[in-house]
Amino acid sequence: MPKDGIGASVKRREDLRFLTGTGRYTDDINLARQAHVHFLRADVAHATLNAVDTSAAAEMPGVLRIFTAKDFEGIGGLPCGWQVTDKHGQPMQEPKHPIMAEGKIRHVGEIVAAVVAETLDQARDAAEAIELDTEDLPAVIDMKQAVAEGSPLVHDDLTSNLCYDWGFVEENKAAVEEAFQNAAHVTTLELVNNRLVANPMEPRVAIGDYAMHDDSSTLYTTSQNPHVIRLLMGAFVLGIPEHKLRVVAPDVGGGFGTKIFHYAEEAFCTFAAKQLRRPVKWTSTRSEAFISDAHGRDHVTTIQLALDAENNFTALRTDTYANMGAYLSTFAPSVPTWLHGTLMAGNYRTPLIYVNVKAVFTNTVPVDAYRGAGRPEATFQLERVVDKAARELGVDPAELRRQNFIRKDQFPYATPVAVEYDTGDYEATLDKAMQMADYAGFETRRAASVAKGKLRGIGLSHYIEACGIAPSNLVGQLGARAGLYESATVRVNATGGLVVMTGSHSHGQGHETSFPQVVADMIGISPDQVEIVHGDTANTPMGMGTYGSRSIAVGGSAMVRATEKIIAKAKKIAAHLMEASEADIELKDGAFSVAGTDKSVAWGDVTLAAYVPHNYPLDDIEPGLEETAFYDPANFTYPSGCYICEVEVDPDTGRVEVQSFVAADDFGNVINPMIVEGQVQGGVGQGIGQALLENCVYDADGQLLSASYMDYAMPRASDLPMIDVDHSCQTPCTHNPLGVKGCGEAGAIGSPPALVNAVIDALQRDGKSVPHIDMPLSPARVWAAMNA
Amino acid sequence: MKVTMHVNGRQVSGEAEGRTLLSAFLREELGLTGTHIGCDTSQCGACTVHVDGKQVKSCTMFAAEAEGAEITTIEGMANADGSLSAIQQAFQDYHGLQCGFCTPGMVMAAAALLEEIPQPTEAQIRHHLDGNICRCTGYHNIVKAIQAASGQPVAVAAE
Ligand code: FES
Ligand code: FES
Repeated sequence: MPKDGIGASVKRREDLRFLTGTGRYTDDINLARQAHVHFLRADVAHATLNAVDTSAAAEMPGVLRIFTAKDFEGIGGLPCGWQVTDKHGQPMQEPKHPIMAEGKIRHVGEIVAAVVAETLDQARDAAEAIELDTEDLPAVIDMKQAVAEGSPLVHDDLTSNLCYDWGFVEENKAAVEEAFQNAAHVTTLELVNNRLVANPMEPRVAIGDYAMHDDSSTLYTTSQNPHVIRLLMGAFVLGIPEHKLRVVAPDVGGGFGTKIFHYAEEAFCTFAAKQLRRPVKWTSTRSEAFISDAHGRDHVTTIQLALDAENNFTALRTDTYANMGAYLSTFAPSVPTWLHGTLMAGNYRTPLIYVNVKAVFTNTVPVDAYRGAGRPEATFQLERVVDKAARELGVDPAELRRQNFIRKDQFPYATPVAVEYDTGDYEATLDKAMQMADYAGFETRRAASVAKGKLRGIGLSHYIEACGIAPSNLVGQLGARAGLYESATVRVNATGGLVVMTGSHSHGQGHETSFPQVVADMIGISPDQVEIVHGDTANTPMGMGTYGSRSIAVGGSAMVRATEKIIAKAKKIAAHLMEASEADIELKDGAFSVAGTDKSVAWGDVTLAAYVPHNYPLDDIEPGLEETAFYDPANFTYPSGCYICEVEVDPDTGRVEVQSFVAADDFGNVINPMIVEGQVQGGVGQGIGQALLENCVYDADGQLLSASYMDYAMPRASDLPMIDVDHSCQTPCTHNPLGVKGCGEAGAIGSPPALVNAVIDALQRDGKSVPHIDMPLSPARVWAAMNA
Repeated sequence: MKVTMHVNGRQVSGEAEGRTLLSAFLREELGLTGTHIGCDTSQCGACTVHVDGKQVKSCTMFAAEAEGAEITTIEGMANADGSLSAIQQAFQDYHGLQCGFCTPGMVMAAAALLEEIPQPTEAQIRHHLDGNICRCTGYHNIVKAIQAASGQPVAVAAE
């Protein structure tokens, strides 16, 4: 194994600051003359907002100014980054998403007014003196009721609460129907993919700053993609050109998707700082986060699988209602469509697939991408229905999967849902996981559990994900209003050290450690000679940020391309220094040599020559050694894997205990195994959280009942088992230079169905069959299902 | 009012209102931003410090209540020469942190645990961490780091 290059578990350099309390998170930043904002948020879900009386509040001590929707007249709403076209070829319904409620309140937590004061306590105190004149309207919460005839409208200027009715692939629909008519067996499953709150441990923070001398604005924000925020906020909301707007996302305490989006608070702080000529800071409380961070998942689905007499999958169809919440968050429309429908083939050869998705507006917090984004929803329904089919047919779920897998000699494989998998070997991960889990020995363990009075079950799931998002020309055709390339600038200093400025953003993924491994490996120097700069639009090239497991696959590839340019130029310099032909120059272990001779020149001599070009091919090339590359992927990448979970269920209480969890993933090549394993364990932790504990619940009036850690059950250390991970099955990606596929979301995608399948397996006893339980599998739900 | 306490071995004073929480006092008044605030219901543990040798969530007490107390925060955990202490080093060695936001609280909680139980079992570690939420790691590597810091062989996943 290499000591510190590609493939080595190099310890993380960023840990030194995080372990000593010297990280620099956004809330750690305090600017001179900084004022504080407190947002008054709606406490009803749906109401007309007739008037906001701020007169008494404005007189309170320390208040600088109170803002309401009136102050934002003529200013754009928050833009949506993806336009979905419905099954009739019409664009989705796209309501305005104002920074503050305009005339109507549409969800609990929506901003109604903003108090800026000298101190946070003063701002909070004053907000209590604001008088609202509102008139309650019936709340629209249930998705099916929302699209029923006569439902109240969330947006009065839209024709209905239906954002879009999407059919995919519409041309396949008739053939799918026919296949179902001819099926030997049809398995049907109705299920809910529970609504979740991402809950990165660092709440969101925004600090706006304005410099009068050059009319420029700076926003410090907890973002996964500072350039995207700069573009969206500058161009669509506040009308600030990029060269007058800097966005900084310093250390960010976790994202999981919910820090991708452009939020009202960011635009507000930037706007208010200019109005007041003072920095304006907002730090979300956790209670605010629950009612203002975009939520995730929230699908209600009916899925059907058709099989022939030999148990081959012949067709699949699925109908989903997807909650958009009250407004379209930045990437919301893409999640249940292009990140979900395109994955419905899973790991299988199912020849005919039809996906219908109805996206619905409700009086709830906007819903958008959460770790996996659409792919967990696809995997969950598919892996549940396959499991149910196996049970109905009396065959081993592992063998039914194996029988229907895309075989490893069938790649590249074009699915009927518009994507082409480049590589994979699904049997390899299945076999690996079964061996890790000692699948064969399960009955012995079951008997031991039964002897203790417990039920025991084993469940597996296989997943595929499309990540490394994404080819820009393709997503452009699908409705994306952005490109999804990534960028890197590699700057070599005179004495040989390198700085890589990347558009990717690290908020836990360890880029500062793993990215240098790649560059150092290419040159043959120590990673200690490479520094990573990210998170500041002022000193990094335009980049699209980190989500969709794209950092190493897309950002890493950009970095490789830039480094290749550096090496090419450095070889020219080396050739000049050694008076040799450029074609004969080789770079190895940080030294250039002339093939077949003992001539060599060190990396540092070449870099020095680039900046002190006394003996230099100035006619041929420019001095200096700095290159930028933008990388736009040719395809998605397709990590896949098999997860197996074993549970014990207490028959008296319905309590589920996870006994073991194994994950065998194929991520292609791996840069830093330690980091990759940590990503999977964290993702599995979140997936177990979704399957067992977490649930975001609204009552019929639109009040969020699970709005704090007292009511929203976060997985804690005693809820989770050790998570046994393996990534030795590797089919490298064929279309990016590193052969990497991405690993950030896999754990959250593959784990919920494995766990639910295990619990369902445990409950098949005494002739009783429990076909399904919706997540989270709380003791109450499990007990009720057992005793139905 | 003026509040005086010993923080990381030094006597410090600062201004606090009656309602100022110790967590806010450490961060805003003393500039010790290693203590994090992850919730407003005293459930996440990101704000964990030691008060007179005991593990305390600093958002559960007022700054004024800490008058005269001995406080240790994450900034006071490294060795005298600035190198990482055994617990901090174990967190790095075993990749017990990702985004780092829960980490100060985790390290403080781990230190208190090992003070009380020098060789805790995996179950004791998990039980002790119940007041500290980590969203990134799935706890696997945090548990391993604490096992390692206690000088025990680290757990492998369940067979
Ligand atoms: S901030 Fe103190 S427990 Fe969460
Ligand atoms: S490391 Fe991110 S919350 Fe624990």
